Amino acid sequence: MEFVIAFAIGVLGASGVWLILRPRTYQVVMGLALLSYGVNLFIFGMGRLRVNAPPVLPGEDAIDPAAFTDPLPQALVLTAIVISFATTALFLVVLIASRGLTGTDHVDGREGER
Amino acid sequence: MWSSEWLILLVGLPFLGSLLTALLPSHSRSAANWLAGAMALACFGIAISAYSSVTDGMVVRHQVEWVPHLGLSLTLRLDGFAWMFSMLITGIGALVILYARYYMSPKDPVVRFYALLLAFMGAMQGLVVSGNIILLAVFWELTSIFSFLLIGYWHHNQAARDGARMALTITGAGGLCLLAGMVLLGQIVGSYDLDVVLQSGDLIRASDLYLPTLLLILAGALTKSAQFPFHFWLPNAMAAPTPVSAYLHSATMVKAGVFLLTRFWPVLSGTDAWFFIVGFAGLSTLLIGAYFAIFQHDLKGLLAYSTISHLGLVTTLLSLGSPLAAVAAIFHMVNHATFKASLFMAAGIIDHEAGTRDMRRLSGLFSFLPITATLAMVASAAMAGVPLLNGFLSKEMFFAETLEQHRASVLDTVTPYVATIAAAFAVTYSIRLIHTVFFGPRASDLPKVPHEPPRWMRLPIELLVLACLVVGTIPGLSIGSYLDTAVVSVLGDATPVYSLSIWHGFNLPLAMSIVALLGGIVLYMALKSYLDWCEEGPPIFRRLKGQRIFERILVAVSWRWARVAERFLGTRRLQPQLRLIVVAAILAGVWAMWGARHLAPQLTISGVDPVLAMMWLVGGGCAVAAAYQAKFHRLAALIFLGVAGLVTCITFVWLSAPDLGVTQLLVEIVTTVLILLGLRWLPKRDDQIERHGFWVRLRRGRDFFIAVIAGAGMALLAYYMMMTPLPPSVGDYYLQHAYSEGGGTNVVNVILVDFRGFDTLGEIVVLAVVALTVFALLRRFRPAEDNSELPYQQREQNEYDSIQRDREVGETLKDYLLVPSVIMRWMFAAITLLAAYLFLRGHDLPGGGFAAGVAMAIGFLLQYLAGGTRWVEERLRIRPVQWIGFGLLAATATGLGSLTVGYPFLTSYFQYTEVPFIGGVPTASALFFDLGVFSLVVGATVLMLVAIAHQSLRAPKARPDRAVAERAAVEQGES
Repeated sequence: MEFVIAFAIGVLGASGVWLILRPRTYQVVMGLALLSYGVNLFIFGMGRLRVNAPPVLPGEDAIDPAAFTDPLPQALVLTAIVISFATTALFLVVLIASRGLTGTDHVDGREGER
Repeated sequence: MWSSEWLILLVGLPFLGSLLTALLPSHSRSAANWLAGAMALACFGIAISAYSSVTDGMVVRHQVEWVPHLGLSLTLRLDGFAWMFSMLITGIGALVILYARYYMSPKDPVVRFYALLLAFMGAMQGLVVSGNIILLAVFWELTSIFSFLLIGYWHHNQAARDGARMALTITGAGGLCLLAGMVLLGQIVGSYDLDVVLQSGDLIRASDLYLPTLLLILAGALTKSAQFPFHFWLPNAMAAPTPVSAYLHSATMVKAGVFLLTRFWPVLSGTDAWFFIVGFAGLSTLLIGAYFAIFQHDLKGLLAYSTISHLGLVTTLLSLGSPLAAVAAIFHMVNHATFKASLFMAAGIIDHEAGTRDMRRLSGLFSFLPITATLAMVASAAMAGVPLLNGFLSKEMFFAETLEQHRASVLDTVTPYVATIAAAFAVTYSIRLIHTVFFGPRASDLPKVPHEPPRWMRLPIELLVLACLVVGTIPGLSIGSYLDTAVVSVLGDATPVYSLSIWHGFNLPLAMSIVALLGGIVLYMALKSYLDWCEEGPPIFRRLKGQRIFERILVAVSWRWARVAERFLGTRRLQPQLRLIVVAAILAGVWAMWGARHLAPQLTISGVDPVLAMMWLVGGGCAVAAAYQAKFHRLAALIFLGVAGLVTCITFVWLSAPDLGVTQLLVEIVTTVLILLGLRWLPKRDDQIERHGFWVRLRRGRDFFIAVIAGAGMALLAYYMMMTPLPPSVGDYYLQHAYSEGGGTNVVNVILVDFRGFDTLGEIVVLAVVALTVFALLRRFRPAEDNSELPYQQREQNEYDSIQRDREVGETLKDYLLVPSVIMRWMFAAITLLAAYLFLRGHDLPGGGFAAGVAMAIGFLLQYLAGGTRWVEERLRIRPVQWIGFGLLAATATGLGSLTVGYPFLTSYFQYTEVPFIGGVPTASALFFDLGVFSLVVGATVLMLVAIAHQSLRAPKARPDRAVAERAAVEQGES
């Protein structure tokens, strides 16, 4: 299981890094979205992977923490998901505004050397 | 017994007064003056009343803990020496405020002036009574800052700005050195307490760190007291209003350096390093200052160089290391403060009355200003060291000390000669000041006809000159006991026997005085005609200006070198920047993993669930496909991205994170819609695909390599981490206490709204800021030329409409996806219900404010998709900004609510409430917090999406402006 998730993080990360190094703004936006998936999974994985152990308590009695997965990375990732949506939106808008202002969708606002 | 709490008042009152003054309306000139004067007088009174508690080496201490575990405390400590300085600071401060009442022009914003002056007084007062050496450094820096603001008071004047900046650069840099020196001193001694430091002289002098400590402290003291080679800032600081010069640059701030040297004299002096460094600086300053002073044409310039020279004298005395010399140094500090402050004020009156300070234009003012002239004459006689005035006494003591042998060296041998020459120069410039300004033919071309100033403007000078006379004639009776108090507090048991009498018989010091007096007169007569026409500045050195060297260095460092560094190290292109960041991250990761290589787990693929593996084969493939297609097939890339996101979402659910699954799914929907909305504004595909050259392929190969390494590194790191057992984490605490303290069974939600509520508050603020930024950016947005027309599909539809006889243009568009859009409209209620459901169950089951907020936003979004922007906004007014505002207020108010009942910010409260038909409902104050989160997420999401959606409506209107904007952009690009 860990192997698969590590593979997933690697592929998402590599695709994301490749894209943020590209010259077109849209590529960078896509790259950041992919990278944020990878990073969210990574942070999530830091709480270790457990199946059928969601941190939702069955009742009001005292519980054994070992029976549940670590809730903290989940709380971190939950806000990270919403924030990464916000940053994607912000980048997209910067992209649109920059495109409207400079007439190009190159990340530097003008065509670089090809 | 004098209560030690008074010390807080002594330091605090000026700051309080400064604050109160600053709050006065800007036209209240008189009130500001009275307030400032009252504060200064109150402090003066407090200082006077302290006297009986500081005699005979007694010390008043008041300590308030600040950061005890670092040894930092707000210790205030008043001893005889600090008392003497307090008297100067508050007394001369009060006189300067009285003087400034008449000096400052009605056009000047005086409220700011008095506020700054009082703040400076507080800083200076704090500096002298600091009992903790770090606190001392803090007040030291404060004096630099307020001095900067005061020198630059007339900030419309270029010279004032330059002078202020130079003073701040030099004294501020010195202050940083001092802070470092103080830290070192504290490290040597093991305490930052001044009393402890003062008792550890042997320990300090024997330490290996003695030399660096000494150099750093001297860097602070010598810059502040304008000692060679840092002297040049002081003449440039004369651009300040004259009351500031009289106060800061004669009596107080420049004295801070010699104050510090005296304060630490018992522990730092007596070594070769001290003698040679301090002695060389002091002696060269003494000579250079006096020599330069002769050749100044500006009255204040002359006084500034004279101040430098006199400070050099004090420094020289301190360098000698003998207790008698220290007595003379302390004595001269007081004397210099009195005669120099009065001279500065007299110079200010002359400037004020005659309209110029240029000595070549001033002449024969005696007949206009007989009283001021007389006062100035007495003060300059004191400056020149004429008998029966206070300057003479300390100068005699200085001469006597220079004759003693201290350390066999050339420096020691030349000291008496240099002292005599400098004293002769002092006589020369003093005579020049008096003779050119007050005597000779009456000046006729002055900008104004001078008159005697108001009675009260002259009073400060009269008092100070009186002090010069009294101290000069009956030193033992007047200042004797006070000086003794100051001396004993510095020297303690080492206090020597000294005599303050005027007449010591015919001895060598007297002979030196007579030589200096006669030599000075002769030199003045020789130079007189030359001085009337020469350029400003001394011969030979005229071209060598410290100021210019300073500016050259400043320009070189902050401009040229910075440019060079920017050219070689910087780039404005995004790609290299990102590449550097990624490479740095990779290197950091490699470094960290290399250190932990012994922890490397066995690579195993056992236990791999085939379904999960298949899922990620698809998900990974889609990620790579998205990366591959993002350039030319944006929509395809978006779909691939969506698939990768969905697989991530399923993974969360699979691995026990239902909350994340829900949120990811909802966010996935809005992200996709958002990017779909944005796609329209991107440029069309460039039809001709150019052939890629070798370099392009090389660059891509390199980026590909970096990407693969980064991905592999992330995977490896994640694998390492996930294969090592989880150490006991704070998560266990949250699990155990989620119900008992947070009142919820969904631990993730309890963490978000309760345990870590403050973090969440920060995060929703970020969200709000981003949404408002998006909104603000798009208000100014002008789409590019090729995007402004209607989309191809709509044009086709409209064309079809216009051909058909029975259709109006726009009807096809209206009917587009009619059935789905009706369903979507109906869905609104269901989605609202879903959002409410997610929200209410959030505390106990997966859901919560974030998920509910995004769900609700999707509800609004669907209405836009179904009916179009205009249709929705005709029927439904969503005010996203109000949602955001309500959310922020609700979340913050919930947090503040706990403050009202005496708990820390965001402490939550929890109980069960009986609701009819539903039963016991857990009600926690965290629910209101979550309501804030919900409302803010709705508002922010809708605001962003609607702002982008509105572009299609605004685009046609924007057309006329676009050409202008584009032309401007082209011009900007070219320039």
